[in-house]
Amino acid sequence: MLRKMRSLGLGWGAFLMSMAARAQESKYNLPTPESTVAHQIYDLHILIMWVCVAIFVVVFGVMFYSILKHRKSLGHKAAHFHENTQIEIIWTVIPFAILIAMAIPASKTILNMRDASNPDMTVKVVAYQWKWEYEYPAEGIKFLSNLATPRDQIEGTAPKGDHYLLEVDNPLVVPVGKKVRLLLTANDVIHSWAVQAFGIKQDAIPGFIKDTWFKADKPGTYRGQCSELCGKDHGFMPIVVEVKTQEDYDKWVAAQKAKNAAVTMDPNKTYSLAEMKAHGEKVYATNCAACHQPTGAGMPPVFPALTGSAVVTGPKAGHIDIVMNGGKKNPAMVAWAKTLSDVDIAAVITYERNALGNATGEVIQPAEIKALRK
Amino acid sequence: MTGQTAQNRTILKKLLLVSVLMFGFGYALIPFYKKLCDVTGISKDKITVSNTQMDPARWVTVEFDANLGAKLPWIFEPQTTSLRIHPGEIKQVLYRVVNLTDRTIVGQAIPSYGPALAGAYFKKIACFCFTQQTLKPHEERLMPVQFVVQNDLPKDVHTITLSYTFYEQAKAGAT
Amino acid sequence: MEATHAHGQDHAHDHGHGHPTGLMRWVTTTNHKDIGTLYLWFSFIMLLSGGTLALLIRAELFEPGMQIMRPEFFNQLTTMHGLIMVFGAIMPAFVGFANWQVPMMIGAPDMAFPRMNNWSFWLLPVAASLLIGSFFVPGGASAGGWTMYAPLFLQGGISNDMTIFAVHILGISSIMGAINIVTTILNLRAPGMTLMKMPLFVWTWLITAYLLIAVMPVLAGAVTMLLTDRHFGTSFFNAAGGGDPVMFQHIFWFFGHPEVYIMILPAFGIISQIIPTFSRKPLFGYASMVYATSSIAILSFMVWAHHMFTVGLPTAAQLFFMYATMLIAIPTGVKVFNWIATMWKGSMTFETPMLFAIAFVCLFTIGGFSGLVLAITPVDIQLQDTYYVVAHFHYVLVSGALFSIFAGVYFWLPKWTGHMYDEKLGKLHFWLSTIFFNVLFFPMHFLGLAGMPRRIPDYALQFADWNKVASIGAFGFGLSQLILLVVVLKCIKGGVKAEGRAWEGADSLEWTHLPSPAPYHTFETPPTVN
Repeated sequence: MLRKMRSLGLGWGAFLMSMAARAQESKYNLPTPESTVAHQIYDLHILIMWVCVAIFVVVFGVMFYSILKHRKSLGHKAAHFHENTQIEIIWTVIPFAILIAMAIPASKTILNMRDASNPDMTVKVVAYQWKWEYEYPAEGIKFLSNLATPRDQIEGTAPKGDHYLLEVDNPLVVPVGKKVRLLLTANDVIHSWAVQAFGIKQDAIPGFIKDTWFKADKPGTYRGQCSELCGKDHGFMPIVVEVKTQEDYDKWVAAQKAKNAAVTMDPNKTYSLAEMKAHGEKVYATNCAACHQPTGAGMPPVFPALTGSAVVTGPKAGHIDIVMNGGKKNPAMVAWAKTLSDVDIAAVITYERNALGNATGEVIQPAEIKALRK
Repeated sequence: MTGQTAQNRTILKKLLLVSVLMFGFGYALIPFYKKLCDVTGISKDKITVSNTQMDPARWVTVEFDANLGAKLPWIFEPQTTSLRIHPGEIKQVLYRVVNLTDRTIVGQAIPSYGPALAGAYFKKIACFCFTQQTLKPHEERLMPVQFVVQNDLPKDVHTITLSYTFYEQAKAGAT
Repeated sequence: MEATHAHGQDHAHDHGHGHPTGLMRWVTTTNHKDIGTLYLWFSFIMLLSGGTLALLIRAELFEPGMQIMRPEFFNQLTTMHGLIMVFGAIMPAFVGFANWQVPMMIGAPDMAFPRMNNWSFWLLPVAASLLIGSFFVPGGASAGGWTMYAPLFLQGGISNDMTIFAVHILGISSIMGAINIVTTILNLRAPGMTLMKMPLFVWTWLITAYLLIAVMPVLAGAVTMLLTDRHFGTSFFNAAGGGDPVMFQHIFWFFGHPEVYIMILPAFGIISQIIPTFSRKPLFGYASMVYATSSIAILSFMVWAHHMFTVGLPTAAQLFFMYATMLIAIPTGVKVFNWIATMWKGSMTFETPMLFAIAFVCLFTIGGFSGLVLAITPVDIQLQDTYYVVAHFHYVLVSGALFSIFAGVYFWLPKWTGHMYDEKLGKLHFWLSTIFFNVLFFPMHFLGLAGMPRRIPDYALQFADWNKVASIGAFGFGLSQLILLVVVLKCIKGGVKAEGRAWEGADSLEWTHLPSPAPYHTFETPPTVN
């Protein structure tokens, strides 16, 4: 037993050494730290782990010596002592001293971690079931970040990619070496935003704003996952942070702003069924497919089927209302009026009414949605 | 034996009382934590304004943030995203809110601060969050927040975020 | 009391005597030994049910990708696995030991309130049916985690209400059981059995029972608040009405951390009976063991927020809870040192109970060390809600609590059945359990460090290897438990006749004053202890 445990302990240590050079794809230890705080935490963990291993080896060395030597089968006669105040005091005081030695660096790291003052920039993170929204208030940039891994990889009908479940459509982009302050909140339930490489994990709590910060050492792509159970797709809302040089970051900001101006389909234009369906399919895949399923089969009873649904095949007013304002009877249905544009809403309704096994032939125009908002 | 039974009963009664008290204690934890937050300065709302003197040497950035609770079909946004102010200075900002629906909706804004401890030093003199807001169909409204950041704000706080989340209230008057 | 007294000293025909027979005997029984047996069997059935759920979880996690279930069903499995194991398997097993052993160890004829004892037990199957039955209602079982965090738990269907009621019932059962145990220990000790002469198992249960009385009502309060938030328009945890979702966590963990010690203190007690017995040497530092147990219990009320280091507590709170949590290492360390000092210069033999006790000391200590790592707030930030935490609490609850239960079952089976168990099968059970346990849970430390969050049904490719290993360990560990069933059934049926003092080094009253099997009624005239 001892040998087994000890070799495991040592093996663990050896793994740590050999793995220290590997970044991202850590299998045995914390990923390579890429920020000051993460470095401190990494060192703290290594220190404490080795202290624990050392104590374990000493204490259980004594125990296994006793197990080997003080056996009845070897004719060992039992002694009869059952108290020794001196030794009991010693083994209370020594652990206490060790704990104090651990508490000092730990306290320093906490104070450093919690110092979110003087940030270079602020990003607001809003968690939804089951995606993230990033907003750069100073730049007027705001976008959703969804899992990008295709369904067929998850279901095993396609080979899994390198960053299976750790890839998103729109990553958070930040400049290198800048203190980025994050303001976190959630829309529905508690989520947790975590990127180990930066030593950061902060719960996002509905109704409350929480702040934390990180400063990335090197450009690169860093990955994390939602770390608080938030319902069905908790395992499918990864976090990807792209750290760019200041120059590239500025380019990205400019491009985002330009894209915001251009990409929005003109809400005053009239579109054909095919145009709306094509756009709606994308909107559906990003926002609706998680619950109502890519096929429209849903997951009754909470997430009803759209195929042949009374709402979807019935009068369009009812359909538009539930998409914009949420389910009056079923709290699981989200109100999309505030997150989706007129074009997106019109397109996704058009898609639902003309795909997924439905064929009403109706086209909903953005203008109709716009009219309803006024 | 009967003496024994009586003794057992006494202990039973005492322990039952303890468990009932502990049930109540669970509820008492809520005001207890709130009190703790008041004492330690992480409280959310204190409206008393102490006599404040403007401190022209010091600058604090105040950020304004707005969120909508799940399924509230409104637009809610600050008209100013951030301000540089001196502690002790009384300022006012506006939030814009629009009801996007065809029905009258009652909402209540819940404030929150980042960092949380700054809340104790952030005094709101007037705020739309003090009362419920009723918006008629498609009504648009500008709502003021008048505030002052107290002088005794800890020196290491340079940025305060004031964040509101608007939640729909079931019906006017209901909790 | 009258009833048991009326049976007089007639130990010869235990089972007859106007007692209902067959099923009704068990439904109406007020005998502490019968009720202990019921608790233990109930707990074993729950262990197998909860274990089956765990094996389904490990089957899904055997490789990346969703293979055999949908994510929401996975969440139901993790939730129910937790609830069933904590409230259905571990806690009732210890109450079962308390029922069997406490009266015999202190020289009492029965528990103080035999009829209440019967109710405490028969509430459990009701609660278990509510929990297991919730898999079959529309929407399936609760999927918000065994911690039932608001606001996630405010979503979801009828099964969440069933879970809340089940928790209420389990709480009432635990409180009644605890009151019974406290009263029995305080009032029914044999003459001369002073508090500081009680076997350590009795001491640990006395402290545990006080913890139960203190915190189960708090849990009941927390879930009642969930219930009224769900259905009666209150806003305790709902930000929309001015509530605070984090408040639930504060209240839950005010219960939850003492709960952890409720599940481990009786284990300390069992181990403290077994190690001296097989070392043939008195327990080292009896008094310091009692003080250490009490101080662990008191500290457990001051550390709850170490479960919440990522919610954004004020810095001062993070520091305070880190220091308080680290302090727990000291009394726990004292216990481990005392056990080792008990073995030191003993005359040890290694029957199955002793093997499990030694494994307990080693593996529980690993769980303690990972607990110390998690107590360090900055490190916890990296590891919170990852598999490292899963590894930590399984080292504490499986190789801790569950192994002590195994050790206790093997230790007292001769007293309960009158037969020695099959030592070969027992050792086989021990070795397979210990090896597969480590294969199952040790790799989870690596997974957690590498960043795999807990409660996810599917994972990134870099986690694939260790998950495969863990799943193999899980099936090995799960199937090994069937050996225990065989051993127990064989032992009940027959085997080598056990002597009154079945273990050479055993010195508590049930071994020194009673034959094996222990008669249906014992110590109706209290023994005298000097």
